[in-house]
Amino acid sequence: MILLTRKAEFSASHYYWNEAWSAEENARVFGKCANRNGHGHNYTLEVTIAGDVDRVTGFVVDLKQLKDVMEQEVVSAYDHRHLNLEVPEFKTAIPTTENIAVAIWRRLDGKIPGKARLHRVRVYEMPDLFADFYGDF
Amino acid sequence: MRAHLGRRYRLSASHRLFSESLSDAENQNVYGKCANPHGHGHNYTVEVIVGGEIDNATGMVMDLAQLDGCVSREVLEPFDHANLNTLECFREVVPTTENLVIEIRKRLESTLPRKMTLGVRVEETSNNFFEYYEEPIP
Repeated sequence: MILLTRKAEFSASHYYWNEAWSAEENARVFGKCANRNGHGHNYTLEVTIAGDVDRVTGFVVDLKQLKDVMEQEVVSAYDHRHLNLEVPEFKTAIPTTENIAVAIWRRLDGKIPGKARLHRVRVYEMPDLFADFYGDF
Repeated sequence: MRAHLGRRYRLSASHRLFSESLSDAENQNVYGKCANPHGHGHNYTVEVIVGGEIDNATGMVMDLAQLDGCVSREVLEPFDHANLNTLECFREVVPTTENLVIEIRKRLESTLPRKMTLGVRVEETSNNFFEYYEEPIP
């Protein structure tokens, strides 16, 4: 089995806020991230696919098709958007890096071209901070 | 739902690879220029990955400030701008990056919550790195 990873980038804004909590509690837990005007990041998405190498093509997955799926399902929905206000899954989930990784898994799972399967979604919020999700629901 | 949070930290330290149980010639043979008597230094990158359930209220696997605090206290404060050979933990252990990654794992697992899994990767230079794969904290 081979693991193959494709990267994409998107830029988006967000804030962290739990509606069930007071403003003081949100500020205490989330710090600057609770600023309701939001802030932004350049995110890097890494999508890792697991599969066997096709004998005819030598591919685990067609990279162009994978790029198109990532663009349609994720980048076009997230890039230059406010995640809390414009992306439906974050009406109910705080757009932490962990929850973004889970949401991207849900968007991509079942849509990987060919026989390969989704192995890992890694989302970098910054070069020094990332979250991994392996479909462990 | 279980997810994994990764964070990268930097520390600069010096070391000398030299074993008291080997002769000078053997040390030179095994460690080459890493055995030069006055040591040398690296800018290390330490990548820490913690795995656990995503908390429903916060959307987080672990509070980032808590993780930063643990790594700062247990790893960065004792190791950054230090000569690793002079530290108690490397008195009888050669401070190779293999041994450094084991020592960092040991220090972090004693302070992080037991329900987490923990993985550590140390990059000694941009061309070599050492990994302690993610495993449950005992």
